[in-house]
Amino acid sequence: MNIAAIFMFVVIISITLVITYLASKRISNKNDFYTAGGKLTGLQNGLAISGDYMSAGTFLGITGLVYFAGYDGLIICVSAVIGLPFILFLIAERLRNLGEYTFVDVVSYRLSSTSVRVFSASSSLLVVLIYLIGQIVAAGTLIQVLFDVPYLLSIILIGSLMSIYVIFGGMLATTWVQIVKATLLLASGTFLAGAILLEVGLNFETLLQRATESHAKGRAILAPGLFFKDPISVLSLCLAGFGIAGLPHVLMRFFTVANVREARKSIFYATGFIGYFEILVFIIGLGAIFILAGQTDYFTADGHLLGGANMPAIHLSHAIGGDFFLGFISAVAFATILAVVTGLTLSAASTVSHDIYSQLIKKGESNEKMELLLSKITVISTGIIAIGLGYIFQHENIAFLNAFALSLAAATNFPILVMSIFWSGMTSRGAVIGGFIALILTMVLVLLSPTVWINVFGYAEAPFPYTYPTLFTMPVAFLAIFWFSITDKSERAASERAAFTHQFVRSETGFGANTLIN
Amino acid sequence: MEKQILENPRFKSLVKKRNRFTATLIAIMLFVYTIYALMLAYFPTVLALPLWQGSFINIGIPFAIFVIVLTFGLTGIYIRKANNEFDVEIRKVLEEIAE
Repeated sequence: MNIAAIFMFVVIISITLVITYLASKRISNKNDFYTAGGKLTGLQNGLAISGDYMSAGTFLGITGLVYFAGYDGLIICVSAVIGLPFILFLIAERLRNLGEYTFVDVVSYRLSSTSVRVFSASSSLLVVLIYLIGQIVAAGTLIQVLFDVPYLLSIILIGSLMSIYVIFGGMLATTWVQIVKATLLLASGTFLAGAILLEVGLNFETLLQRATESHAKGRAILAPGLFFKDPISVLSLCLAGFGIAGLPHVLMRFFTVANVREARKSIFYATGFIGYFEILVFIIGLGAIFILAGQTDYFTADGHLLGGANMPAIHLSHAIGGDFFLGFISAVAFATILAVVTGLTLSAASTVSHDIYSQLIKKGESNEKMELLLSKITVISTGIIAIGLGYIFQHENIAFLNAFALSLAAATNFPILVMSIFWSGMTSRGAVIGGFIALILTMVLVLLSPTVWINVFGYAEAPFPYTYPTLFTMPVAFLAIFWFSITDKSERAASERAAFTHQFVRSETGFGANTLIN
Repeated sequence: MEKQILENPRFKSLVKKRNRFTATLIAIMLFVYTIYALMLAYFPTVLALPLWQGSFINIGIPFAIFVIVLTFGLTGIYIRKANNEFDVEIRKVLEEIAE
């Protein structure tokens, strides 16, 4: 047990609890709870968005992938940032001009049927929940390895902390926890990559040379193809990057800033921080290859890395900075997971209390106290569900759960959101039937994919040979929404199409948008 | 009110200008990213070619970093134009309508 790790761990938890306490004094209404009063600056929100992106999956998972498979880890880095400029060009401002707290507001702006709200709220919750399970499992495993705490105890700890942050501190605490974590992570990444670059005399060529010399696969690690072996998987991965534009906990962040200007700035900052961090991750993964090589402390007797595929960054920090830095990085990794699950939990709470209770059941006439109470009940339920499912799925592959959530978002939320903003012909029927087909197709293809069919069910060969289904599901979603919209001859469809003009003016100018948020 | 905005010449030209600008940026981003994705999928050996004889740096590494830097650059170009030009135009449109 590492004393420095425990110390840092206690420090970070204390900081986040202080943040939550301070935030709790500033929350007086639901606007504060859902959007931090809309008072964040572009820089703060940009850091928070990059915090949502820089999950433990990125820091530990992708450095691990670079360590084992080299270049293919870099492909994931590229696909992770690619969604951001498109969110900026197409979605962010219009989302803000049309919505109040969630992306479901935007989708149901002119699509009047309750089924649209029910469907997009449910697909939101599904995406959030699957993502959440992945993070909880990662957290439990990590804490088990780092601090020697039993798995169940560590997920109960995480589930309780995230519930406390959201219940008492709402969006303000969620954001500041994310900002603190993002800053720590960027600083640690810079330190690690800097140490590696100094080691090779600031020469990138030497870095690559030493990495290839120490890796069993040699120069093959610098070329694509060690991890993603077939073209369809690579293309699907590249396309899944757009799924980020359908993640509810990222989309809700655009409502936390004062105006469209700040919303744009937050994406600019986020793109910069994330892009910078992705490049660091590549350097750290490569550095780990030659720095860890030959150091028997980090390997089992038969030559496997201690703790598994996600551990290169952790071992590297020990090799570079000793026990103290190892403790620091472990605590930062913990904070990373904590911040991401907190954002997910808040997103689930606003979906249930705002989208379903206030807008759907009470038709916008809800009692604010009741709505806030309901969102807190949702937070506690989400915490309990997440702990339960995290326990059941503890041996599930984390990367798979993340990819599954992203594939769902890319096939359902993203097409529905984009088409509702840009295509006047879209109707409720098209959105719901099209979205539903994409949802079912994604689930079926994931079920038939090697990850589930072979690894979980134990069959020899998978009917659907690819890990990521996005290359098929996303086009199907767009086509199905298109087809079931144009064949919709109902009266409601006609009025929904007519309402597009009104929506268009507001989405382009912000004219008539909620003054509370402007 | 909405009709007035829709028929406002300033609004019309703004929407046209903004759409053209956004479409250009999207086209650049998609073009570069599509080439990258297709090369990864179908010509990985080209990406593995060294930049110069004997170098460990191959075409694939700077290409990937270029895509990342490009996302940052294009978002920067967009917000400059949007915050300095388009927002001002929208305010003018709304002022004209209010009069």
